[in-house]
This record gives sequence, structure tokens and C-alpha cells, in this order.
Amino acid sequence: MSRHDVQLTVNGVSHRVQVESRLLLVHLLRENLRLTGTHIGCDTTHCGACTVLIDGEPVKSCTVLAVQAEGAEITTVEGLEQNGKLHPVQEAFWEKHGLQCGYCTPGMILTSCALLARDKDPSEAQIREAISGNLCRCTGYSNIVKAIQSAAERLRQQ
Amino acid sequence: MIPSAFDYHAPTSVPEAIALLTRFGDSAKVISGGQSLLPLLKLRLGTAEHLVDIGRIAGLEYVREEGGFLRIGGRTREAVLERSAVVQERYPILADTARVIADPLVRNRATVGGNLAHGDPANDHPATMLALRATVVAQGPGGERTVPIDRFFTGLFATALASDEILTEIRIPVPPNRTGGAYVKLERKVGDYATAAAAAQVTLDGGGDFVQVGLALTNAGPVPVRSTAAEDFLVGKRAADTNIAEAARRAAEAASPTADRRGSVEYKREMARVLAARALKKAVERAGGR
Repeated sequence: MSRHDVQLTVNGVSHRVQVESRLLLVHLLRENLRLTGTHIGCDTTHCGACTVLIDGEPVKSCTVLAVQAEGAEITTVEGLEQNGKLHPVQEAFWEKHGLQCGYCTPGMILTSCALLARDKDPSEAQIREAISGNLCRCTGYSNIVKAIQSAAERLRQQ
Repeated sequence: MIPSAFDYHAPTSVPEAIALLTRFGDSAKVISGGQSLLPLLKLRLGTAEHLVDIGRIAGLEYVREEGGFLRIGGRTREAVLERSAVVQERYPILADTARVIADPLVRNRATVGGNLAHGDPANDHPATMLALRATVVAQGPGGERTVPIDRFFTGLFATALASDEILTEIRIPVPPNRTGGAYVKLERKVGDYATAAAAAQVTLDGGGDFVQVGLALTNAGPVPVRSTAAEDFLVGKRAADTNIAEAARRAAEAASPTADRRGSVEYKREMARVLAARALKKAVERAGGR
């Protein structure tokens, strides 16, 4: 099995790591870089708990090889907080009770960040469509949608 | 879950990729977006000694009209297809299709070429490309060749692509005036394969008769199927509900779905009938027929 030197940027920090070809990106993040905010849920490309941003786009990191992330800019939930202050989307999830057990939350928040980076004023339908690849088994999604709407408002006011 | 061990190769040009595929033969698999292949490898339903990643090859992602065709680069991601202005304006059937494939996160990696080359009759693009009478462009050691979509799917998870060929482009004839298309899918939830789905592309004449009809079904047999009986029935007839209903009935009759957790054969055939009629009606509307 081939091994590869991979150069990637995670949350603004450049890393050079040697990986086995079959290592999944989610394992690189969690085990090699100890960024355990990215969760593993179904491990079968359904649930979205492992969502990270690759070059700004949300993807399921259980279905990306670490070696495929060569040269990529990756954002995990740990990268959202700036100078001890939560990201507006994180603030909104906290304030609107957009989480219960919290397992889906990092993925849900990163997907929301990508949506709001593209569209500052999404409709409820657009929000629900954007998060349709992120499953939450607690909230029934109502408060997640409210949190994203609230985050959109905060970001528009910035 | 971790795939079995394999060697990974990341060529930066098509000739380099073909050279690798020629060298490794059947022990190599092409990985494009990896959204079908990686789950298979992780579940160990499939293995590969070598993965040849075509994701580092520049110039394989584009959607443009040129020379009488809509040309879609083989490595065009579904999200790019879905957001393409020319697709939204002139090929709504493709936008319909892209937006029901898996989920938005998967569509940020999954590619149109991969959706076809995987050869899965449950995938959504095969039916749409059949309805659109697309041509697939394959590049191999001997150069480029084109394969009509009707000869592309050769069996369950099998296509006309040789082990040393890469799907580089999909060509769709630019539609004549008064053409419309639609893809309609029934799924249990976002991300599921179709319980049933239908793709329709129709061209009408000035009097509202069908001049050309493409109709195909998803997940209705071991290979993606064109509904020839329905197409032949409609050509030359009025774009009226009674004719559409009869065509849909013929399409469903010719389908051979299998029973699974999504439903019985009878249920799926009935849904194929309902969806074929809906897709045809929507296509007619978009062609300006109503």
C-alpha cells in the first residue's frame, strides 16, 4: 500500500503529514490532528456528522481520502471561533437551542456557514434543502432552522 | 470502516491516467468524486489494488454549449451542473436530476461522469441521458471514441468503458425549439435511491404533436432502460393527457423492477407509470405545449 506526504491547511494552520493511501480524511482530522469536533456518525455517507469545509464547500469527510485533501484548505468546527469569540452561527445555535445532544451540531453548523457565505438571506426552503444531508435525531430541525435564520440576520447586520 | 489496502495514484493529465490504467488493467479503478466508490470500498463490497484519481487533472470540469452540443466535462461535480446558468435556462431536466442526487454535501464531490461510469441502474443520470440521447466520450490508449448512450450500459455495474478508458465528456444535442424535459423521482427520503423515477424529453411541432420523445426509467431493471414502446407510441400523436397516460402505461409494462425495502414489483411498476406520466406532462409544459 502506498504512503503519501500530504500538505494541507486546517483551520488556517499548515500541516504536513504522511498518510496511508486508504486513510480517510475524518480519521486524519480526529486521530492524527486530534481535532475531535468532527464526529463520525453513520460512516456510510448519509448522516453528515463528519461534515467539514474543503475550500469552503461542505463535504462528508468519511467519504474523502486524506490523500485527496492534498493542497486543500479545510475548516472544522474548531476553526470557527475567533479570538475566544464564537462564530455568529455558533452563537445563534446556542441562543436558539439549535441542538440537543450535539452530535450533529459541528456538521450542521459548518453546512450552515457555507450556505450563509453563499447566500446572506436564504428562504426557509433553501435552508432546509441546504441541511438535507445533515441528519439530526433530536430537534426535529425546527430550532436548527430558526438558528440559521437568526445567524443570517446577525451576519447581515455585521 | 476502512477500505482494504490499495495504492493511490494522482495523475495530472489524461494520457498519464490512461498509462496507469493500461499498466494496472483490471486491478485499477478510476476514482472521480468517490461518492459511490469509497462507500463500496469501505463496506468491502468492492476492492481495488490501485486507485487512479482523476481529480487532479485540470480541464475536465465544464458545462458549455459548443458545436451543436451541450458538453459536460466528465469530472463536472453535480453541484456545478445544478448551478450552471445554461443548465437552469435550457436544460431543466438536468437541473431536476442533479438536485435529487444524494444530498447537497455529496453533490459537492460527486461527478456526472462518475454517476454514469458507475453503471448503477439506481443512479439518476442514466435515465436522463437516455432521454436526452446523449453521447459519451471515452479516451483510451488509442485516442478518443464516442459511445451512444444506448450502447453505454451493458449490465449491472457494467459499461462499455474498457478498463484503460476514461469518460472525459458527455455530449447532449442542443434541443430544437419547442423542446422541454423533466426528471421526476420518488424517494423515501433525501439521499435515497429512487423507488421509481422517470426522465422525459419531448419536442413538439407547431400543432402540438410529438415530433421526438425520449423517455427512460431509473431503477427499473438491471440496466437503465429506455421506454421504446412509449416513445414509439407517442411520436406523431397529439400531446394530450390520454396519449401520455397510454404511453406511461406502456413504459411501466416494459419495466422490470425488483422488490426490495422500497416496495414490491407491483408498487414500483405502478409508481413508474405515475412518474412517467408526470415527467411527460411537465416536459410538454416546458416545451410550451400547454
